[in-house]
Amino acid sequence: MKVSNLTWKIGGEAGFGILSTGKIFSKIFAKKGYSVIDNNEYPSLIRGGHNTYTIRISSNEIFSTNKDINILVALNEETIRLHQEEVTYGGYIVYDENDCNIGDFKKARKDINYVMVPFSKIISELGAPKVMVNNVSLGASVALINYDLEILKNVIKDIFGRKGSEIVNLNIKSSELGYKYIKEKLKINIYELEIVKPVSKMLVTGNDAVFLGAVRSGCKFYAAYPMTPSSSILHLFASIEDDYNIVTKHAEDEIAVINMAIGASFAGARVMVATSGGGFSLMNEGISSAAMTETPIVIVLCQRPAPATGLPTWTEQGDMLFAVHSSHGEFLRVVIAPGDPEECFYLTGEAFNLADKYQIPVIIMLDKYLSESHFSYEKFDFKNITVDRGKLLSKSKDIDGGYRRYFNTDDGISPRVVAGIEGGIHIANSDEHDEDGYSEECAHNRKIMVDKRFRKIKKLIEEIPLPKIYGPIDAEITIWSWGSCKGPILEAMNILNQKEKKVNLIHFTYLYPFDSESIEGIIGESNKNVVVENNKTSQLAKIIMMNTGYKIKNKILKYSGRQFLPEEIISGIEKIE
Amino acid sequence: MVMDKTKSKSSKENYNLKPGDFNTGRKPTWCPGCGNYGIWNSLKKTFVKLYLIPHEILIVYGIGCSGNGANFIKTYAFHALHGRALPVATGAKLANHKLNVIIMGGDGDGVGIGGNHFIHTCRRNINMTYLLHNNKVYGLTTGQTAPTSDEGFKTKSTPSGVLEKPINPVLLALASGATYVARGFSGDTGHLSEVIRKAIKHKGFSFIDILQPCVTFNKQNTYDFYREKIYKLDELESYDKSDLNEAIKRSMEEEKIPVGIFYQVERPLYEDGLKQIERKPLVDHIITDIDINRLLKNYY
Repeated sequence: MKVSNLTWKIGGEAGFGILSTGKIFSKIFAKKGYSVIDNNEYPSLIRGGHNTYTIRISSNEIFSTNKDINILVALNEETIRLHQEEVTYGGYIVYDENDCNIGDFKKARKDINYVMVPFSKIISELGAPKVMVNNVSLGASVALINYDLEILKNVIKDIFGRKGSEIVNLNIKSSELGYKYIKEKLKINIYELEIVKPVSKMLVTGNDAVFLGAVRSGCKFYAAYPMTPSSSILHLFASIEDDYNIVTKHAEDEIAVINMAIGASFAGARVMVATSGGGFSLMNEGISSAAMTETPIVIVLCQRPAPATGLPTWTEQGDMLFAVHSSHGEFLRVVIAPGDPEECFYLTGEAFNLADKYQIPVIIMLDKYLSESHFSYEKFDFKNITVDRGKLLSKSKDIDGGYRRYFNTDDGISPRVVAGIEGGIHIANSDEHDEDGYSEECAHNRKIMVDKRFRKIKKLIEEIPLPKIYGPIDAEITIWSWGSCKGPILEAMNILNQKEKKVNLIHFTYLYPFDSESIEGIIGESNKNVVVENNKTSQLAKIIMMNTGYKIKNKILKYSGRQFLPEEIISGIEKIE
Repeated sequence: MVMDKTKSKSSKENYNLKPGDFNTGRKPTWCPGCGNYGIWNSLKKTFVKLYLIPHEILIVYGIGCSGNGANFIKTYAFHALHGRALPVATGAKLANHKLNVIIMGGDGDGVGIGGNHFIHTCRRNINMTYLLHNNKVYGLTTGQTAPTSDEGFKTKSTPSGVLEKPINPVLLALASGATYVARGFSGDTGHLSEVIRKAIKHKGFSFIDILQPCVTFNKQNTYDFYREKIYKLDELESYDKSDLNEAIKRSMEEEKIPVGIFYQVERPLYEDGLKQIERKPLVDHIITDIDINRLLKNYY
């Protein structure tokens, strides 16, 4: 059967290489020009527990994963028990009778097909380690959809190359045996993907894209304390720090992280830190230090379900208001929430420029789903990220005598110097200070300095873009959302709008500062409004109400620790009266 | 190679700065008789002795009476949050290792709220100098107990006396891997400025526990108290500064209080392990058009 869309899922015990298996499967399709979006789910432990990897492959443009699975590869019985329900009518479950007692499952779903492949037997006959059953399953899967085994072999070579030829050969051999079992023994192929333009696509996660954008932007100092789901950014920076002249510092805690970054920024480097909610809590006092000293900093907040340790490896959008209102005191900051990896890349470039130009903290918000899911793109045009350091003076000769660090300018932005240059001596002061930086507590000065720091908002709000509108302007229902909900909403919208102009989306990538006037105008023009958010308390709706007085009553919310699937948004929209 | 921090553009020949040239012109706000004056004077004297010029120095200050010194010494300065001077200094030094970086903070700042940063900075051995102003009391918040206060010490927050053992900053620095560990007394600026000079010249993380009477809130650890108890390690005939066990033993003395250098060794700098700053400081790189094609290729 020719198909344009296919969703494949593999499940098994943690420690059985589910993550790398899934990544290989994603890669073999991206390499040939298919659109791919994947999502991996795993518990917060190293061995045992249940892992899955879901991949949606399409010959058209796609925006998110979906609910219906066409092929479920079960490396253990638990996978069938937990996910059989998700298999679509007429779909397939690939299993090994050695691991699964299939009888009762079959009774429950007479509408789906069960394909037995003796993973373990194949592996033991080959004399390969048990963990390689996942390669057998990859070979079998490739055969089931009549795809090219050579591509699989090449990707295996790429990924396991550094482990030596013996390991690579065993991996390849086991995938060939899985392939042959389907092709020669069972002689079936069930799906065949429509052909696409053969361009090689890159496969990036939100974290990858933030990292790439930061390196392009000239980030020279990156500090972090490991915390899921932000840790991959730390690993990426550490892996290239020598090549790109970047210092990567795994510090003692997130308090040190943000203060080290502030110090490096004060000295003149572009800096970034990343963490999740708990680490962001620790960083909070530091954010206000950056604000008071007017030291630029980019902070990446990869959200996960909280409070406390919460669900470390799952997803949620619970920290928006926390970011918007983070730290003590009133001060200007920018909060950005990219909707997909492409936006992560370009908006990270913007984040660095905004931090430098306005000398303020800029927070980029992701969540586990966006941080760790792979999306395919033809390319990122890195030349579109340009560097604007604003009023930074890096040479003594640029200083025009009588330097005053916090000079009260018309736009509120005072020229900043790279510490160490002649003529630029000053105090960057966390105490309220006068224009020279000296501690100053008088009422008159206090008002001048607060106004100076807030005056930057005028230029800033003109510069940051309004939320983007997707879909028909005159739709019956307008969805308001932010960050990573973008993909599932766009998918839902495409389906809902097939017959009529039912839905459009207003998507916020810039959450703060909030352009109340413009947003009021947009709300006034739309018919029925609904927010879609991956949290319990509809934080976007709250911030809209706080800034415009407008209450969005319809809410589609999800806070199970899992991201939205398009089907859930469709059913939510259909319930709106 | 990482530059020796004493080698800067300043040179002996045309150096004509005096300690007073390091004054900002703002009048210190410390109480009359405060130990901070002694430290302030010793530091400025040391800068002159080392031919340092103001813009080549960065002092990172914590919060407290000592931190208010940010307003009185003319160098680049960052007045950080309470307890956070060390990480700010670390970041600045890694971004531009040509800066002469000095950290000043009190005992509450350094071994109370910032204690975690203190032990980790010691083990890192970054080439900078930390002056701990140890007056064994919280001064700026008007007299509460400090982590270095003696057992039984009565304060506003411990009216029945402190129930905990005091932290011994010298012992903690030794245990944490600092490569220069000394103690000074703000009442003896001649000796103190020598200890500071050697600390700044030391290649590695240098730490000085400076005993500093708080004339307003600590009536126990007074100038007289220290003058009676102090003896100088450098005056001992056979003291071996490279002997960690001996240093630990001396650091634990209570009846008599040793000052001077307890311990000094050379060990590779943190900066020496960073290839990316071998040729020039991070801040000297041009970042306007960084080619990331090599990185992007990994994703296909």
